[in-house]
Amino acid sequence: MSPALQRRLPLLATAAVLAALYVTACLSYDNFFSARVAANLFTDNAALGIAAVGMTLVIFSGGIDLSVGAVVGFTSIFVATIVEKHHVHPVLAAAAALAVGTALGAGMGALIHFFRQPAFLITLAGMFLMRGGAFWISTQSAGLTNPLFNRLSLWELPLTDRAALKMSALVLLAFLVLGGLLAHMTRFGRNLLALGGNEQSARLMGLPVGATRVGVYAFSGFCAAFAGLALMLNSGSGNSRDGVALELDAIAVVVIGGTLLSGGRGHMLGTLLGLLIFGVIQSAIRFDGSLDPAWTRIIIGALLLGFILLQRLLLRRLEQR
Amino acid sequence: MTSAPPLLTLRGIGKKFPGVTALDGVDFTVRAGEIHALLGENGAGKSTLIKVLTGVYAADAGTIHLAGQPVRPASPKDAERCGISTVYQEVNLVASLSVAENLCLGRQPGRLGFVNWRALRRHARAALARLGLELDVDAELGSLSVALQQMVAIARALDLSAKLLILDEPTASLDEKEVADLFAIMRRLRGEGLGIVFVTHFLDQVYAVCDRITVLRNGALVGEFATADLPRLALVGKMLGREITAPDHAPVTVATGTNEPTAPVLTARNLSRAGALHPLDLDLHAGEVLGLAGLLGSGRTETARLLFGLDRRDTGELRVKGRPARIRAPRDAIALGLALCSEDRKTEGILTNLSVRENLIIALQARQGATRPLRRAEQEKLCEHYIRTLRIKTPTAETPVKNLSGGNQQKVLLARWLATRPALIILDEPTRGIDIGAKAEIEQLIAQLRADGLAVLFISSELDEVVRNSTRAVVLRERRRVGEFSGDALTAPRLMHAMAGGHQAHG
Repeated sequence: MSPALQRRLPLLATAAVLAALYVTACLSYDNFFSARVAANLFTDNAALGIAAVGMTLVIFSGGIDLSVGAVVGFTSIFVATIVEKHHVHPVLAAAAALAVGTALGAGMGALIHFFRQPAFLITLAGMFLMRGGAFWISTQSAGLTNPLFNRLSLWELPLTDRAALKMSALVLLAFLVLGGLLAHMTRFGRNLLALGGNEQSARLMGLPVGATRVGVYAFSGFCAAFAGLALMLNSGSGNSRDGVALELDAIAVVVIGGTLLSGGRGHMLGTLLGLLIFGVIQSAIRFDGSLDPAWTRIIIGALLLGFILLQRLLLRRLEQR
Repeated sequence: MTSAPPLLTLRGIGKKFPGVTALDGVDFTVRAGEIHALLGENGAGKSTLIKVLTGVYAADAGTIHLAGQPVRPASPKDAERCGISTVYQEVNLVASLSVAENLCLGRQPGRLGFVNWRALRRHARAALARLGLELDVDAELGSLSVALQQMVAIARALDLSAKLLILDEPTASLDEKEVADLFAIMRRLRGEGLGIVFVTHFLDQVYAVCDRITVLRNGALVGEFATADLPRLALVGKMLGREITAPDHAPVTVATGTNEPTAPVLTARNLSRAGALHPLDLDLHAGEVLGLAGLLGSGRTETARLLFGLDRRDTGELRVKGRPARIRAPRDAIALGLALCSEDRKTEGILTNLSVRENLIIALQARQGATRPLRRAEQEKLCEHYIRTLRIKTPTAETPVKNLSGGNQQKVLLARWLATRPALIILDEPTRGIDIGAKAEIEQLIAQLRADGLAVLFISSELDEVVRNSTRAVVLRERRRVGEFSGDALTAPRLMHAMAGGHQAHG
């Protein structure tokens, strides 16, 4: 196997799994093969996908961010509450939520870098902090009545006469493009991979390790807050329970997308494919009607395991040279 | 003698660490367009000097001039800015990224933080072309051989408009062909007027490629020599700090034990590991101390590690007491009655926070298995026995080992293995870093072990120690067995000749 092919194998494997799942679903269920179902894959998983873009970059750097689900919940209830109850302008409220998410990420990145703490622990603390904050604001869900929110949540970009992309799906696509550019076209993105691949080398090469690490957690926090806004608009209400365990789904999506969990190797395109796999399984089970939704998780679990083993095998082959 | 102005001048460099003077008034001069070997045994101060040059340590005393300008590198990056680039034995690149990226990380062409991939590939190809390398710049670095990765690291170092290139043991894991390729590149760069500092353990390589040699010993300068004027044996003498005497008139200092022709306790045939040891044969009999001599990097420790199953052997057959032995991990070796006191007592031996008793029983307990714990009374009896017989100076058996002196820590380590009643014990530099009194006691102990019928493999970098303690000695050079001496032939000058190797024609 040529090295170039071997390097792309995880991505190709993800694409093959997606194709197999999609074709199987189309053959098994009438109407599955339609633009509407395809468009809904994006709309339904917008929040997960946006958070996964940030998570991808964090994992590139050899880190992990467990706080994203809690940031989603916090953003959702925070924005809904201050807009609906305290009549803050929606744009201002959204900006404040994004600032909170970004600042939390930057703070966690700084703690991880300067105090040499494991990302797992620091972001776990961040998760408790944000989820606790969300519950403190309100445990009741807050329905959206603000006209701007309603307009945004109802707005659609028509594709065909039956299929349309909602606002949140467009935001997801924008984030995927932004994340892809960051990861593959900028110094920042390459520094992330260098940092995840070999931190010692990255330091000796004189790369800005600290700024890169703080930056990537800040970006992940920003993504998570945006995911919270998307989820809130999709569901039409703010809820402090939004995004529970979303960080784990995001990690699964990233790893199924062929990104190495220990860092240094991966592709943003893989995250898109991983997200679509997640979406296809979910939709197929919904189409079937007789299967328990729990099967989504079971299949995702099996796929995750398979991909981790595949990566291990590939790495072992590379190391044996 | 060239009259070229010196590129790099170090004068009176001093560096003290708590309790140790690592460098004491060292002068070091490298001219443009020369390859300069920096040599010395363990503790000579080579790595400290290099760390001063690359800005890892700040010197306490002395001056550094590069191309006539005084410099004082504060960090590796700062040193690179001054024009001093370093390539280490460990390739400090990112294996999961492409060759091109590794060459350009941190200084990619492009604007506003965006990377211009086409310019980057072009730049990478140009950097490789300077070394005469043709590589696929899109290949993942980790898919290349270590030698090629090393050359990519050199290409990256040169990219920083380096004036001085430091190669710190770059050949340690390369095969002969790869070394030759590396030398071709070094000569090419010398031709371009670069100054190259070359650190290596291999004397053949020094004579193959270096113009000058600077020898350090115990943190002090021994001297600077033109390679052509310094025969190999004289060089080894300077590294070891010994006068050269004719080998055949040396006094015989060893009392030879009677060596009955018994079946060997351990037989190794064709033992080898790529990058560590060329195929080696070794026999060890009960009641003998086999000395293993050689310069740093000659393969002594590697041999010990292979025998004990710490590293996997590529080829070779081991027999213990005549029976084929499957030694694939230290547990196998221990089960067969082997023991290893490693060279690096602090990180590979003693558990500093545990007590003397706990350190002492751990190997025996591991051998018995967790289901059969040693009774406390039994443990205490063992401790008492070894503290008395080895004269371990400790207040009680419950004292943490870190409170003991180096020599006593070494004795605890020895006791740990003796408690397992081994048939063979490998002692890798057992006397390093301990005071003279303790050394004498350890040596006495080795004699006692031999008298008790153990087979001892004794590794030491001090020739006199090897001669004094061994009944037989094997000399390694550049990872090969080059000689065996016993009886009257076992003398320091003979060992030194074998260690230096090469041909007297150099002299």
